[in-house]
Amino acid sequence: MRADLVLIQDWITPGSRVLDLGCGDGSFLAHLKRTKNVRDLGLEIDADNIQLCLEAGVNVIEQDMDKNGLANFESGSFDTVVLAQTLQALHKPDEIVEEMLRIGRNCILTFPNFAYWRHRVSLLRHGRMPKSSSLPYEWYNTPNLHHCTISDFDALCARSKIRVLRRTVVDDKQHSSALMQWRPNFFGINAIYHITR
Amino acid sequence: MTTSVKQIPADSVGLVKPQKLHFAEPLTLRSGRKIDRYDLMVETYGELNADRSNAVLICHALSGDHHAAGYYDPANPKEKPGWWDCCIGPGKPFDTNKFFIVCLNNLGGCAGSTGPSSENPETGKRFGPDFPIIAVRDWVKSQALLADRLGIQQWAAVIGGSLGGMQVIRWAISYPERLRHALVIAAAPKLSAQNIAFNEVARQSIMSDPEFHNGRYYEHNTYPRKGVTLARMVGHITYLSDALMREKFGKDTATGRFGRDLRGGKLTFDFNESDFQVQSYLQYKGEAFSKNFDANTYLLITKMLDYFDPSVDYGGDLSKAFLTGSCKFLVISFSSDWRFAPERSRELVEILLKAKRDVSYLEIEADEGHDAFLLPIPRYMAALRAYMNRVADECMTAGGKS
Repeated sequence: MRADLVLIQDWITPGSRVLDLGCGDGSFLAHLKRTKNVRDLGLEIDADNIQLCLEAGVNVIEQDMDKNGLANFESGSFDTVVLAQTLQALHKPDEIVEEMLRIGRNCILTFPNFAYWRHRVSLLRHGRMPKSSSLPYEWYNTPNLHHCTISDFDALCARSKIRVLRRTVVDDKQHSSALMQWRPNFFGINAIYHITR
Repeated sequence: MTTSVKQIPADSVGLVKPQKLHFAEPLTLRSGRKIDRYDLMVETYGELNADRSNAVLICHALSGDHHAAGYYDPANPKEKPGWWDCCIGPGKPFDTNKFFIVCLNNLGGCAGSTGPSSENPETGKRFGPDFPIIAVRDWVKSQALLADRLGIQQWAAVIGGSLGGMQVIRWAISYPERLRHALVIAAAPKLSAQNIAFNEVARQSIMSDPEFHNGRYYEHNTYPRKGVTLARMVGHITYLSDALMREKFGKDTATGRFGRDLRGGKLTFDFNESDFQVQSYLQYKGEAFSKNFDANTYLLITKMLDYFDPSVDYGGDLSKAFLTGSCKFLVISFSSDWRFAPERSRELVEILLKAKRDVSYLEIEADEGHDAFLLPIPRYMAALRAYMNRVADECMTAGGKS
């Protein structure tokens, strides 16, 4: 299981209803089902991943939230809505965040922090688009459309009156450090938010 | 003795034999009328396990019947297998090594079950137009009685495509405690105006055939061949996609001539001749169908389709129908299906989500139109296999928990 998911599983209430947007192969939901007895549902667009979800016995819906939105989900119909490492690849990330807050009582988001100091150095010193373990792509083949920083996301939360329940900033191995706590937007590689309204 | 005249594939259920089961108890129909006694033609594949937890019901569509898999005649090398043979058999998605699979010809059909072409015991003549109108819920009711007869309290899964999928929807509403999984393929929660329009053209073509005789053509020793042919031709167009027809009819489709070389200057005002491949194809399909399918059954079943709308009992909100029950759903649609397009399946998914039911949904990329649900499209087969493997695991571990 991806490391960011290991961290956020503690934020999921046992027996709750969880919607995982961009659920991949469904391993996170399968794990939550096993360990926390959640009612699971994943959204996915990749045919191979959907097949893996079926094999894992995870409920999965083939739906492109960028194209079709999330209007087919009723308000408050899930306890937790998860969007892991996908925010930056959406066409209208702010609208999806709004929809997540409408559908779920609380939401968990993870995204790579574009303002991580190595990324800054790459631009500043080399004048090249940053590449790192959290941003492994070239500029021309990246699926990421809307890079954002921790400060950017905090600003969005403030403007949209989103309550941040918890925020963790971690490195690739999902470890935090004093430096990251001191200057999250400078030292943090990945941001993990638990939000509600 | 296996003196095999023809090669039956190893993953086939092999030679099968239908059974005719008689039901002597009257069945009260939605219309208020009754069928006093009736027969159902049934085929089964695989073995029912000790705790009777591995039974699967296959529901057929408009023109289907009980013969879903396998062969009848060991001497006929040209015989085609049952209509869903690609899915049913040892090692196939509906694996006969794991499941006991039941398929029946529905009431009102023309493949051996009691229908308009059966003899009416009251008159000694064929029912014809006197046969009562049947609703999808009546079919499901008769299927539940069949389950009772076979000793099946709860189906591991009920599966169907198109009109078959509508029976699955009805199962989950009428008998929510009697199935654990509902597989609804290429279906819709109700028909659209366009669907009904096509059905109406089909019915009008049958009824306008002089050989129809108000549905009593049996007594005139004839049948409305032309009317049924035409009805099927129209129906068939709606089962295919534009892309598939382009591809299918003529190697010269790149030039858009579809099997007809107009450069030769051979233009005629003769309408008995087929200029284009698609014409002779539809004629052939339609005529072959008209020989085997009863016109009154066609009329009856298109009416059933038109009337299908389980939301009427729930003030138009179908999600309320799914508030009881815990069966899980797998909904599948095909990208080029315009008879019951993916949007129609998404409607159903939305309804199920609103009712907080467990549902998975796949939209399979396929050029074959509505007919895709009958075909061994790799992604479709893999998905059915994966899902049914989970269903089989449940049968093993839980012994059919409800």
